[in-house]
Amino acid sequence: MKAFKGNWVRIYDVVLTADERAPQVPDDTKSVPLEMWNKGFLVDDEAEIGDRVTVETYIGRRIEGELIEINPAYDHNYGKCIPELLYIGRQTRELLEEGE
Amino acid sequence: MKTTDMDMSYEAVMARKSEIMKASVGIDYAEFESGSIAFDFERMMKETGYTLEEMREIQRETGVGNTPILELKNFTALARKYAPEGKGARIFLKDEASNPSGSFKARRAAISVYNAKKLGYKGVIAATSGNYGAAVASQACMRGLKCIIVQECYDSQGKGQPEIIEKARKCEAYGAEVVQLSVGPELFYHFLKLLEETGYFNASLYTPFGIAGVETLGYEIAEQMMEREGRLPDAVVATNAGGGNLTGTARGLIKYGATDVEIIGASVDLKGLHMASDKQFNKKSFTTGHTGFGIPFATWPDRSDVPRSAGRPLRYMDRYVTVKQGEVFYTTEMLAQLEGLERGPAGNTSLTAAFSLAQEMDQDQIILVQETEYTGAGKHILPQLTFAKENGIEIFRGNPADSENGVNIILPDNPGLIKAVDLDILKMKRSYVKNCIENTGVKNPTEEDMEFLAEDTKSTKVYISKILEEI
Repeated sequence: MKAFKGNWVRIYDVVLTADERAPQVPDDTKSVPLEMWNKGFLVDDEAEIGDRVTVETYIGRRIEGELIEINPAYDHNYGKCIPELLYIGRQTRELLEEGE
Repeated sequence: MKTTDMDMSYEAVMARKSEIMKASVGIDYAEFESGSIAFDFERMMKETGYTLEEMREIQRETGVGNTPILELKNFTALARKYAPEGKGARIFLKDEASNPSGSFKARRAAISVYNAKKLGYKGVIAATSGNYGAAVASQACMRGLKCIIVQECYDSQGKGQPEIIEKARKCEAYGAEVVQLSVGPELFYHFLKLLEETGYFNASLYTPFGIAGVETLGYEIAEQMMEREGRLPDAVVATNAGGGNLTGTARGLIKYGATDVEIIGASVDLKGLHMASDKQFNKKSFTTGHTGFGIPFATWPDRSDVPRSAGRPLRYMDRYVTVKQGEVFYTTEMLAQLEGLERGPAGNTSLTAAFSLAQEMDQDQIILVQETEYTGAGKHILPQLTFAKENGIEIFRGNPADSENGVNIILPDNPGLIKAVDLDILKMKRSYVKNCIENTGVKNPTEEDMEFLAEDTKSTKVYISKILEEI
């Protein structure tokens, strides 16, 4: 997919490679890079997913990174039904009624 | 400051930390230092902060504060079923979710952002994955400043806590730029680079402005309870993470003259999970209000992103309890089902503790929970437990006392199993003193140091001498 100048996009970059990480971090964290995600309006004329691009963030900073998404959407939601929770409302209401 | 020709390596940026901080918070912390362990906390709060009246005015301008206090009659009735004869204090709740950004953090952000604007900064930056980011973004929007929020958000698999992703959405809704990072304390390095590049104000949670903003919360509690009940609460429970919530609330109560109210801190027990671990990052279901922040910040507050943290919980805390993740989820569901109030889980940490603590208190006593937070997609018991399951956490009904962090979440089989567990506060005071000695390298504390340590641990010089002999 192609993005064009002015499109709202999400980018990715590596802030610190694994061997640049701080000495105090635990080993599992030290074995992976410090990564960054941000969003902005594409500054380049056009680009493909995976290209190195420049964007202007919403407040106007210019930053670089790898283009990973065009018109990025929020996909968090209310999750799935958690049947394990269903007893709580009935149980506490019944307990309250018992005393009346 | 031009950053193009500067050394931007981790070591080089960290070495410039104090000059970056000085430029970005407008406070020269050296002015309050004694050169030894002690520093003049009260003078720092006074000279860099605002009076209570000024803060109330600043907050009124942006619609912050004046939140209602609700009595949770059904919670009280249920707690009394499990309490000994004559026990079961009335439970009250300050509904801080009614603030513009949905949490008490709007109070902290209001003062920081006002101060940034007054000093002529063009924008503000805060490092936070939580409600504080939304609060800073909202206040910056109202005051016409630019805003950048830096979040620790994803693990190395690109998986992020739904609660943190929701917070990013909320910040962006207010026009802020959100920088999302993977797990690790080097977030601070990136944060420093952004401060240096933009010249924006560091709206840290730990500056005097950030803490003093919560004083209005404590003051309002006293004022509203006097008006409504003709008396003060006997105990106030505050969720404790970085220490600012408890510190500010306690200071506000003291400013009112409510010096006898018991101040209780509460955190979610996340013992056993390392906060900087990439693999354990998504094994927890709480991103704040937990012991992973609460204990290290209480025993060494100056680990924060400013040289001297204004959040110093041991200075005010009478008691510190923990509750389990499953207990907080149960209480959150119970709050919705019994009281008709759907609020975010993390903010209900202190409520969970209060449900248990009320059972130790007399029926004519009052226990007040000083916050709630908003709830919504991602930041809700369903998505948070869905995420827990996806990360291999088992969820079942049983006794929460048996739960194992990172392995399971046990929902109490009945509300009688919700038990606040006391942390050894004396042990925490000892480790605070020990940390002061170790981190400053001071071998022979001065008289001033002794007084400072006594004040900072709500104890006495005799007690400090005893600790010093032991370590």
